Amino acid sequence: MELLLVLGVPFAGGILLGFWGHRGFAPELNSGMSMLTFLAAAGLTARIITDGPILVWDEMFFVDSFNVFLVALTAFVALTTSLFSRPYMRIELDHGKLTPIRLRLYHSMYQMFSFTMLLALLTNNVGILWVAMEAATLTTVLLVSLYRTPASLEAAWKYFILCSVGLAQALFGTILLYFAAEKVLGPGGTALLWTHLNAVKGQLEPTVLGLAFVFLLVGYGTKVGLAPLHNWLPDAHAEGPTPISAVLSGLLLNVALYAVVRTKVLVEGALGTHFAGNLMMGFGLLSVVVAAFLLSHQKDVKRLFAYSSVEHMGLMTFAFGMGGALATFAGLLHMTVHSLTKSAIFFAVGHAAQKSGTQIIADIRGLIDSNPTIGWGLMLGSLAILGAPPFGVFASEFMILTVAMHEHPWATPFLLVALGVAFAAIFGKVQPMVFGTATMPRLPQRPALIPVFVHLALVLLLGLYIPPYLADWYRQAAQLIG
Amino acid sequence: MTTLPFYAQMINLCAALLLLLAFAMLTQRRIVSLINLFAAQGVVLVLSTLVVAYSTDQSHLYYSALLTLVLKVLLLPWIMHRLIRALNVRWDVETLINIPATMLIGIVLVIFAFNLATPISQIAGTVTKSTIGIATACILLAFLMMITRRKAVSQVIGFLAMENGLFLAATSATYGMPMVVELGIALDVLVATLLFGVFFFHIRETFESLDIHHLEKLKER
Amino acid sequence: MNITSGVVFQVLQSVLVLLIAPLMLGWVNQCRAWLQNRSGAGIWQPYHVLHKLFHKDAVLAHNASPLFRATPYILFGCMWLAVGIVPVLATSLPFAPAADVIALVGLFALARVFVSLAGMDVGTSFGTLGARREMMIGFLAEPAMLMTLFTASLISHSTSLATIVETLGQREFVIHPSMAFAAVAFLMVLLAENARIPIDNPSTHLELTMIHEAMILEYSARHLALIEWAAGLKLTAYITIGFAIFMPWGIARAGDWVGMPIALAALVLKLAAAGAGLALLETLSAKMRIFRAPEFLGTAFLLATLGMLTHFLLET
Repeated sequence: MELLLVLGVPFAGGILLGFWGHRGFAPELNSGMSMLTFLAAAGLTARIITDGPILVWDEMFFVDSFNVFLVALTAFVALTTSLFSRPYMRIELDHGKLTPIRLRLYHSMYQMFSFTMLLALLTNNVGILWVAMEAATLTTVLLVSLYRTPASLEAAWKYFILCSVGLAQALFGTILLYFAAEKVLGPGGTALLWTHLNAVKGQLEPTVLGLAFVFLLVGYGTKVGLAPLHNWLPDAHAEGPTPISAVLSGLLLNVALYAVVRTKVLVEGALGTHFAGNLMMGFGLLSVVVAAFLLSHQKDVKRLFAYSSVEHMGLMTFAFGMGGALATFAGLLHMTVHSLTKSAIFFAVGHAAQKSGTQIIADIRGLIDSNPTIGWGLMLGSLAILGAPPFGVFASEFMILTVAMHEHPWATPFLLVALGVAFAAIFGKVQPMVFGTATMPRLPQRPALIPVFVHLALVLLLGLYIPPYLADWYRQAAQLIG
Repeated sequence: MTTLPFYAQMINLCAALLLLLAFAMLTQRRIVSLINLFAAQGVVLVLSTLVVAYSTDQSHLYYSALLTLVLKVLLLPWIMHRLIRALNVRWDVETLINIPATMLIGIVLVIFAFNLATPISQIAGTVTKSTIGIATACILLAFLMMITRRKAVSQVIGFLAMENGLFLAATSATYGMPMVVELGIALDVLVATLLFGVFFFHIRETFESLDIHHLEKLKER
Repeated sequence: MNITSGVVFQVLQSVLVLLIAPLMLGWVNQCRAWLQNRSGAGIWQPYHVLHKLFHKDAVLAHNASPLFRATPYILFGCMWLAVGIVPVLATSLPFAPAADVIALVGLFALARVFVSLAGMDVGTSFGTLGARREMMIGFLAEPAMLMTLFTASLISHSTSLATIVETLGQREFVIHPSMAFAAVAFLMVLLAENARIPIDNPSTHLELTMIHEAMILEYSARHLALIEWAAGLKLTAYITIGFAIFMPWGIARAGDWVGMPIALAALVLKLAAAGAGLALLETLSAKMRIFRAPEFLGTAFLLATLGMLTHFLLET
């Protein structure tokens, strides 16, 4: 069964790499495991497309078009990131920033992290969703502090504390949700199953669900990186190794947003009012504005793109908050293209930082001259993430703005100004990095930039032409979300 | 006001004791006493769960109580004691705001938590519904403790105390979450504590101290 | 119940408590000595001290005002009145309507004001120091005390001690968490107000660490005797208030001669237990630095408030 493979392979990989992660072939083993996971995920996706949603194993796992596309995306980005991390981590080892023992931790935790994210996506049990989210945090904490510098320890500590406290709030929200569900569905395991909850959502107690949603939004929203709970995000992205920044930005934020959206479906059904959507819109808008204005102060290139992640997650939350077929479609599309673009950018930035030995923007110059692939990758990636046509981000942002103008015109000026400020800030900082006179040495190993261009090509493709089965897929998912 | 049956009185007493312990943790300066208070909270939780299990005939709560006993009374305090002995931290430095002010803020939080929990207790169907407010108050007090402490170890104990409050909330509102979820949560808490332990060693290695002020250098530049 | 038996009970109670107050002090000191592995001075020692003091000549400073001379009598009178109206042996005494807990707190406050003024009267620095510290402790302890008494009165819906005793004594045994909190808070206030460790060491001779003793340094002979006796009466009053609120069993009704011996026996037992417990507490703790006293009393206030809040949450 594909589901067993999708979950079993990363878990087994984590254990295997726990023994062999410091050997020379460990990065290849890592990539191999991720490849297997991706193939299993592709198989699962094909099955869902043909058969429709499935409930597996005593209703513990539920796969429908919403989460299967996220599963496929997660497996794909995990694969490309593992391919990127092969030369990247070898270069880091060469530069003396890491020891082989720490690489062992890195590789095994990487696979376990994939496992926890896939578990969170595929489970039907809201309680297990929480457990998997917490486990995802735990697996990455030690990875953020992998370099053991004071700054990375601080970043990891902040990440640990803030996300744990946030997830404790989310647990309280889950308890409240279970409490409301128990009245209708009776005690025992079924009251936590999302499919059952979805069926009876009209009968759930509105006040309790409203309160539960507030806690769940605050809790999972901390992991999504919504302002004002985003403080851990820039630090964790800047101080951790680049592959970790890529998966945190590209995947974990998505999974957290998935948790929020699943809950929103239940709460909207129970409350009947637009309370949940309004809250999401508020937080989303706040994140977009806060991030956009903080972007111009950044001096570290990874922090810059971390704030860009905050901005885009805010935009997605805003889109899902608005609701309706078009906005949800746009949100789903944005999830995909942001994930691909942001990880591509981090790949390019990672190698750029390796070349120049620093992450400070002012010290990186002339990438096009010294290493054209990195330079172009970064340039195109930045243009893509800023929403320049014909990349896919432009399409989704355009759709979101259109819906906003129709339904919530008061929000549009904020969004436009924020997007404009972000454009100016990022473009203004990336341009001198890419052009300008170069003074940097060559890298000891060939950088892996194929993943960068593969991602960007996909994003371009999605911008120009969305294949009909993909569009159908998004539409189905959008319908499920409502 | 009719007198409550005996087991309901016991549950109320246990809940009040938990609140008292949560406040005591707020005002303690010695880290060893903090860990002992945390273990005492675990004992009271186990007791309260056993009373609920006995009086309402929910056998899964016995397993839940056993899990809490093993994890929160035995394993976690033992790990924490070993940690602080290895790290040689015994005392906390002064807290961020002085103790009487912390206690006043604590009282305000308790009132807020009681107000927050009233609509929930009104529709709850369990025998322990009045303790939902106390559970919420314990969570908020643990959160306050995390914010106002300067040593990393006390912040972690605050986090664990918050988990205690969440457990009480779960058992008082709903007779406990399903076992599989509870096991998952217990595993998460255990792994989190172990990771915190590993963390402390890394922090101590790099900064020669566990004072949180060393960990506040990354700001917006 | 007729007036005469009520009056008889009242007189009996007042005289009895007056006589056993020094015995209470002696008992506490003797228990402390036993716990600290020394041979104490015996439980009758305070009587010997009082006897000695009454037979001495009083020495007063030149600039002592009439207030200075009147204060010991006022102090003694307040404490005797307080102890007289608390239902120690029996409820429904003729003075019982005056035994409102708030009135009692006011009575103690009156005594404190006078003794602080007397401490500052002669103009010595230690007297003023003691007076300032006493006022600080009192200012912090009073809200805690009032909150404790409010919590106690919430259950019986009245602040009259007699009503509280009757309501709680007649009921079946119920565990009230709010009363548990209030009891701990009351204990802390008792320690503070009666100048016991951990707030103040009653047997210290170091003036800089004194709070209560510093105010009465200038007194001698019969004045000092009255003040010492009043301290014993205050301690007994607090202990009996505590028992009346938290453990009101064994208190008879006035006019109930049959219940009288039981009440007497219960009283002796309670006081003995309380004295031993106090000695144990004093032996186990150390005196706190004076700037930690606000924390101590803040905790007492907090516990009392918690008790009140838990009453509203759990018991209504």
